[in-house]
Amino acid sequence: MSPPLLGVEGGGRGNAPLMSSSASVDCISQSGSGLKERNYLGLSDCSSVGSSAVSNVSGENKNNLNLNATELRLGLPGSRSPERDSDFNLLTSGKLDEKQLFPLLPSMDGICSLSQKSIVSGNKRGFSDTVDGFSEIKNSVFTDGKWMFNANGSDSGTPQSVVEAKLAGNAGINVMLSNNSSGTQPSMKKEVPTRAPQEGHNKLNGSNNNSSAPAAKAQVVGWPPIRSFRKNTLATTSKNNDEVDGKPGPGALFVKVSMDGAPYLRKVDLRTYSTYQELSSALEKMFMCFTIRQCGSQEAPGREMLGENKFKDLLHGSDYVLTFEDKDGDWMLVGDVPWEMFIESCKRLKIMKGSDAIGLAPRAMEKSKNQS
Amino acid sequence: MINYFPEEVLWHVFSFLTSHPDRNAASLVCKSWYNVERFSRGKVFIGNCYAISPERMISRFPRVRSLTLKGKPHFADFNLIPQDWGGNVYPWIVAMAKGSTNLEELRLKRMVVSDESLELLAKSFPNFKSLVLVSCEGFTTDGLAAIASNCRFLRELDLQENEVEDRRGQWLSCFPDSCTSLSSLNFACLKGEVNVAALERLVARCRNLRSLRLNHAVPPDALQKILAQAPQLVDLGADSFVHDPESETYNKLKNVMQKCSSIRSLSGFLDVNARCLPSIYPICINLTSLNLSYAPGIYSKELVKLIHKCKKLQRLWILDTIGDKGLGVVASTCKELQELRVFPSDLHVVGNVAVTEEGLVAISAGCPNLNSLLYFCQQMTNAALITVAKNCPNFIRFRLCTLNPTIPDAVTMQPLDEGFGAIVQSCKGLKRLSVSGLLTDQVFLYIGMYAEQLEMLSIAFAGDSDKGMLYVLNGCKKLKKLEIRDSPFGNMALLADTGKYETMRSLWMSSCGVTFGGCKTLAEKMPRLNVEIINEGDEMEGRPDDRQKVEKMYLYRTLVGPRKDAPDFVWTL
Repeated sequence: MSPPLLGVEGGGRGNAPLMSSSASVDCISQSGSGLKERNYLGLSDCSSVGSSAVSNVSGENKNNLNLNATELRLGLPGSRSPERDSDFNLLTSGKLDEKQLFPLLPSMDGICSLSQKSIVSGNKRGFSDTVDGFSEIKNSVFTDGKWMFNANGSDSGTPQSVVEAKLAGNAGINVMLSNNSSGTQPSMKKEVPTRAPQEGHNKLNGSNNNSSAPAAKAQVVGWPPIRSFRKNTLATTSKNNDEVDGKPGPGALFVKVSMDGAPYLRKVDLRTYSTYQELSSALEKMFMCFTIRQCGSQEAPGREMLGENKFKDLLHGSDYVLTFEDKDGDWMLVGDVPWEMFIESCKRLKIMKGSDAIGLAPRAMEKSKNQS
Repeated sequence: MINYFPEEVLWHVFSFLTSHPDRNAASLVCKSWYNVERFSRGKVFIGNCYAISPERMISRFPRVRSLTLKGKPHFADFNLIPQDWGGNVYPWIVAMAKGSTNLEELRLKRMVVSDESLELLAKSFPNFKSLVLVSCEGFTTDGLAAIASNCRFLRELDLQENEVEDRRGQWLSCFPDSCTSLSSLNFACLKGEVNVAALERLVARCRNLRSLRLNHAVPPDALQKILAQAPQLVDLGADSFVHDPESETYNKLKNVMQKCSSIRSLSGFLDVNARCLPSIYPICINLTSLNLSYAPGIYSKELVKLIHKCKKLQRLWILDTIGDKGLGVVASTCKELQELRVFPSDLHVVGNVAVTEEGLVAISAGCPNLNSLLYFCQQMTNAALITVAKNCPNFIRFRLCTLNPTIPDAVTMQPLDEGFGAIVQSCKGLKRLSVSGLLTDQVFLYIGMYAEQLEMLSIAFAGDSDKGMLYVLNGCKKLKKLEIRDSPFGNMALLADTGKYETMRSLWMSSCGVTFGGCKTLAEKMPRLNVEIINEGDEMEGRPDDRQKVEKMYLYRTLVGPRKDAPDFVWTL
């Protein structure tokens, strides 16, 4: 499963041939630092990916990968945190700015890792959690993708890595990102080769395929550009609707959604869906980033990257099921009753590992109690 | 020959000049035209309150009756500017009061307005008729009480999206019984209670009332009574609408609505049960303006049913819960649509139906008169924008905001350069543009080349290099306001053509690549610009290094030098 590329990790730290030497040095020096966090593309270490890619890339597309684009695809739906972009911009604007990297925002920790995951699952390609560094890469799952890195000594002289990822075997999806300008488009840490798993993720994810901000607090200040008055007014209204409508009324119906293994919960408004299918897809998008190495049994968003069997293999054969807690406090499998009845009785949702949920109701309940 | 015209004739001719650019141009012809013009100018527009001082304005235009002032930069709307930045209207009111100006109308946007200012305003100008405050802050309902009590001929009190502190005073009751002149009353942005009985009496005695926008505190049965008193209303805003379609109130409302055949503009519905919307169906056919952007409780189905009846709509403000399909209905129904704004609904919930490029394309195909757009969307494609450009060449304002600021074309993954390029190329009258999505320098090349009438440009997270900004500065001859955030433009672009900034109202750059050194250089070179740096946080100790990047820079042309009311965190270089 894992393409040879994976094996690269740990190997050639010196990506010298591909990147300018300073890059590789920086790469190494940074690998321990915030590098990982920045690496939305799934690589926590430049070297691991770089070396194998080097030979393939040289001389090929000089296009600078606009990593912003890749960043954007990554991340939890509903989260928006182009602050990375802004960080990048600051870094590379004006040129030879050898400034230290990434002013990582504290909330960004772990963002990267999460962000890659979202892309990954779309690909059925697992990008491991970059937080763990190299080992992650080892474990990440690749399909026929071929990851290539193209370090581009850009105009400004700042070594810039360009990542071009071709997913040859993937339903024709070409993740090649190219940036026609050769300007100093902010990229990952200037030298870090990163993978850019891009596909039509945007289309797949109805919600925001934005980069990061798993913390959901790490959102860009002032984006989207909406007047505070408007934001505050609408926020108050939805809150009122929640409180006022004790029963499902015309207002929104927010319920918590938790998932085994996810560090935090989300909320969804059940009123915005009218079928189980819609709810399921939405949850899938929301939690996709958590499903690395864990199988999302939810239907793949329309583009089968992998055969289902292969997918399951990759994901160690565990499925997820969606359960909900009803008014009586019982945990039930979602899907048995008509939709209308469901939303009237649903108090919260939980995505459980199939192995836990199947026929193990008591244990499932225990688990949910522990986690609530 | 013109010189032989007596001034009275010039005066008469100039009275037909209403637009500011025209008057400005006339005043440049010669001294006598300058003088006639300045004495005859009644409406003064000042786009940046720090560009000129109140005293100089009054001495040039002694007969000013109507003053429009704008304070904070546009990005203040989005929390990019700290509190107490400035933009206080008080000095203006003081100066006009001292100068015995016969002020009748004051329109303020993004300014700080204190109760003291309102009190002074209310007491100093006996003919004061119209107060319009948009996105302002700093006042309370006490200030409004002063206006209500003292402005005997008040015609218009229009409060739009202001942050108003609500004191329990009864400001509405302060309108004396003798006040019958109100034609426009909008207090939808107030959060607190109002004296409903006083409101009903006020409406009853103001027979010229055309525009009424109520806040959430006015309950539905009061609404119904008020409407019964004012069937002549043209513009109605009701935030608190009926909940129970079985209720007596609902029936009464339905009946009274049928008599309100003059209503052309509708807004509000902050709190509504969508099942009660049929009560407004009778007036839908006449509506030309509909603002449901604060109505999150109306879901797509009901929205669509409602819009289906609004065939004469020219302006529509709506939430993205309408979805692409809903926009399709708009496109097939509202053939006369000119302005569309689609706002994002709750930003924190996933799974929202948002709108995409499909909705926009549908609108462009169905509504060829579209000239003003604000569109928040999940995704966009170049192909869609190119189609939109072809379908709607009449755009004057085009603001596209992808919720993910650097998202590429959803299909091709390319930057959105070509799409926006098509827009600027096709829409020759484009005056305002906001771009978003993945964008390289290329889009700015297009903008510089084609957007000849462009006056305001907003850029965020775009571009690759200084070239981008240079294309714009060199190409857009009519550029007045440029605001840039989080883009890689640095000193080279900033300093390339410093004279350009005197032809513009202002430039905002935040989280870009300009440094202190660059800003200082600019400030030294151009004494008639105020180059202000906003620095919050710890970098305040001592002067920062020239090479340090500037967080936020706001520069603007001015005739009166550095402002004296700049707070600590604002440094004028």
